Amino acid sequence: MEEKREILLDIKNLEVTYQNDGETVRAVNGLSLVLGKGETLGLVGETGAGKTTTAKSIMGLLPKKIGKCTGGSILFEGQELLSMDEKELRSIRGEKISMIFQDPMTSLNPVIPVGEQVAEALELHNHDGRTREQIEARVDEMFELVGIPKARKHEYPHQFSGGMKQRVVIAMALACNPERLIADEPTTALDVTIQAQVLQMMTKLKEEMGTSMIMITHDLGVVAETCDYVDVVYAGEVVESGTVEDIFEGKAHHPYTAGLFHSLPSMGKKKERLTPINGLMPDPADLPEGCFFHPRCPGCMDICKRKKPDDIRLGTQTIKCHLYGKEEPQGGCAD
Amino acid sequence: MGKYILKRLLWMIPVILGISFILFSILEITPGDPAVMILGESAPPDRVEALREEMGLNEPFLQRYVTYVADALHGDFGSSYRTKLPVFDEILSRFPTTLKLTVGGILLVVILGIPLGILSAVKQYSVFDNVSMVAALILNSMPGFWLGIMLVLLFSVKLNLLPATGVNGWNSYILPCITLAAGMMASVVRMTRSNMLEVIRQDYISTARAKGADEERVILRHALRNALLPVVTIVGLNFSSLLGGTLIIETVFNIPGLGALMITAVRSKDIPLVMAGVLFVALLGGFINLFVDVLYVYIDPRLKSQFVRGKGK
Amino acid sequence: MKKQNEKKEHESQLSMIWRRFYRNKSAMLGLGLLAFLIIATLLGFFIVDYNTDVVGMDMAQRLQAPGGGHLFGTDQYGRDIFARILYGARISLTMGVVIIVISFTIGGIIGSVSGYYGGFVDNILMRIMDIFYAIPYNLFAICIVAALGSGMINLVAAMSIALIPMFSRVVRSAVLPVCSQEYIESARACGTSDLRIIVKHVLPNAIGPIIVHATLNIADTIKAVAGLSFIGLGIASPLPEWGAMLTEGKNYIREYPYLVIIPGVAIMIAAMSFNLIGDGLRDALDPRLKN
Repeated sequence: MEEKREILLDIKNLEVTYQNDGETVRAVNGLSLVLGKGETLGLVGETGAGKTTTAKSIMGLLPKKIGKCTGGSILFEGQELLSMDEKELRSIRGEKISMIFQDPMTSLNPVIPVGEQVAEALELHNHDGRTREQIEARVDEMFELVGIPKARKHEYPHQFSGGMKQRVVIAMALACNPERLIADEPTTALDVTIQAQVLQMMTKLKEEMGTSMIMITHDLGVVAETCDYVDVVYAGEVVESGTVEDIFEGKAHHPYTAGLFHSLPSMGKKKERLTPINGLMPDPADLPEGCFFHPRCPGCMDICKRKKPDDIRLGTQTIKCHLYGKEEPQGGCAD
Repeated sequence: MGKYILKRLLWMIPVILGISFILFSILEITPGDPAVMILGESAPPDRVEALREEMGLNEPFLQRYVTYVADALHGDFGSSYRTKLPVFDEILSRFPTTLKLTVGGILLVVILGIPLGILSAVKQYSVFDNVSMVAALILNSMPGFWLGIMLVLLFSVKLNLLPATGVNGWNSYILPCITLAAGMMASVVRMTRSNMLEVIRQDYISTARAKGADEERVILRHALRNALLPVVTIVGLNFSSLLGGTLIIETVFNIPGLGALMITAVRSKDIPLVMAGVLFVALLGGFINLFVDVLYVYIDPRLKSQFVRGKGK
Repeated sequence: MKKQNEKKEHESQLSMIWRRFYRNKSAMLGLGLLAFLIIATLLGFFIVDYNTDVVGMDMAQRLQAPGGGHLFGTDQYGRDIFARILYGARISLTMGVVIIVISFTIGGIIGSVSGYYGGFVDNILMRIMDIFYAIPYNLFAICIVAALGSGMINLVAAMSIALIPMFSRVVRSAVLPVCSQEYIESARACGTSDLRIIVKHVLPNAIGPIIVHATLNIADTIKAVAGLSFIGLGIASPLPEWGAMLTEGKNYIREYPYLVIIPGVAIMIAAMSFNLIGDGLRDALDPRLKN
């Protein structure tokens, strides 16, 4: 159905666990996703759903000793990232895959001028033997692209506002023309007006440079504005995926996705009460049996408590829910 | 910047005045009559009385204090009761020894403590880390003077490698410097380690890694400077406690430095010497703290832009 | 109802801290060492008689090596070192704790008033503390001891006074961030009295780092008391203060090194137990600092 998609990144059944205080925290549980060239994929879900962990696994930046990929595969241009050693990973990081972190306030080094921090990415991946001047010229160019006067490159991070810092971070991430950009809630820490500017700029740059992007967010507005495809993540797995139209306009939804939309206030219908999703995300150290969502699901059935649902394909959409698998024999009831 | 330094220097005046007043009051209640101390227990009462009058000891307390300050402003800090020499000369003749000891101690702390702390953090939970943490704990729990005695026992008495007491040549400074530095080194190792671990967890370290920087670059270029900023302050602040440490260490090793001089002065109630000694140490500490603060401004860009550009953010 | 909830939460926070502390092996070692010292001290009350065992001299038994009739040997006056160490534990632990309690109470009042009121009051108090702080604290303590004369009570007074400037700073910096919290402002808005706000709202929320500091400082104080006694300005012989025992033993270091080794090890164990407990408390209160 999507023959024209050229697959850049293919994650299959990724599993990540953290060892914390003797507990095993299952942060990511069999997550699969696909990112095509030039596309933007939205990764949506609550805090603690495993979105950031997924991003860090792709970058190979899981906290050492504590975090571990215990299964699955991450194929990047056909190469397995999980079996690469540090050195190979380093040559990919920053050059082919860049990441923008959540909080611009803390993601710049306070004691190094911002220009040098952008230049560093270029120096580290300097295959064409660029001279100091060429690198500086590229830094100036990047600053111009993200809308910062290049004269400010000698200043330190604390001299910039939050939005400006995020622009620096974006300049840094895009300096090497990466094929893929992971943006981890790039606008959450910013004011609403600045959010819009930054998003607009990112979308523009992405199109100009032909970069594919994974946009991690819990803000459905951001998704609607920037994404082509959407994966809804719950308790470390994708419960629903599809095109942005499928998610925003489609009829069939995973109850969790439906819940997310019901939690949003909408302009049109003022009288309608918001219906929040009851309960909390399950403790990733103690996940429920069957469908991870069943304790909070309004349409929970018997089978949901016992059997993990499979991915059900509906056109371009995939939903992991027993509601949509009814035509199959109900194996769960037999035993 | 110049304004800031000037302000700090001006602030030292009330501090020194305050210290001198506090000390003068404390020494006032010290039992014993200075005149008797100078002349000896068996001196006839009329001579004692004459000396008291001459020294101004019969004046009221506040007047004596004012006189002391006035004299001090003219550079006259009085003479030692014991040796009759001007106290300032006594202090200056003893100070170089103590300075050598303190500088040696600080150098040991910086040269050994900081790299050990960094290595421990980088190799967290390794054998090296565990050993150095246990060593730091033990050093931190040992009283410095006892460590000194143990070192003497091992290196002087048993192995006969280094002199146990006195100052004859550079090698007699080795044991005292180690003893003086040990406690502070333990805390600098631990502090460098925990700062480093704290910094390594920061987002900007992840950013650096995400750029493709290797571990060495991440540590040396991105983490180290941020981790060392607080350590600079600690080393500076501890200079005065290191000076305080010389009090006891010099007694252990029989080193004729300022610390030993002060102990003798306190024991023999040599008030002018105690006053001048404490003021000297406090003033020295004040200058060192000022120096460290100024240094800090130059190594931390956040402060630099605040001070160098004038009015700040 | 709400209050009950709060209480429950508070309890669970305490038990969480305890759980983290309990799981920390070195902290438990520290607690074990302290328990050992306390038991030894209590034991001292029953098996050691001050006049005969601790200060009673017996020249026939002098300088006997450890083991045999005397577990830790005897000193140059034939006094049993084991009995003296046991009795000394009483002195050192009490001194350490009492000095810290006194100086922390006074320093705490100064620090919390300073941090809570801020502005002019803060400025005046802290500038005064700066003046005291400019004198190295053991030099300051020595001057006070000289003025008051040596002896246990005077030493407690001297050390407590000398430590006040530092603790008022510690408490102030622990209190400051709490004072700018919104719940303090809302308590003020409710018309709660300042004293009540400080005692009920500010201190409980700032107490963590203060307790950690206090515990770690007990270790330093035990060492400092021993140091002052060592140079003859603290507790003097024949009282078996560990530092004073070291001074006496120092002259016999060549032939009878155990005279200086044993009291030193005792000081180290006492200091170490508080250091371990203090570190454990810090990690338990702020687990972020670990890993």
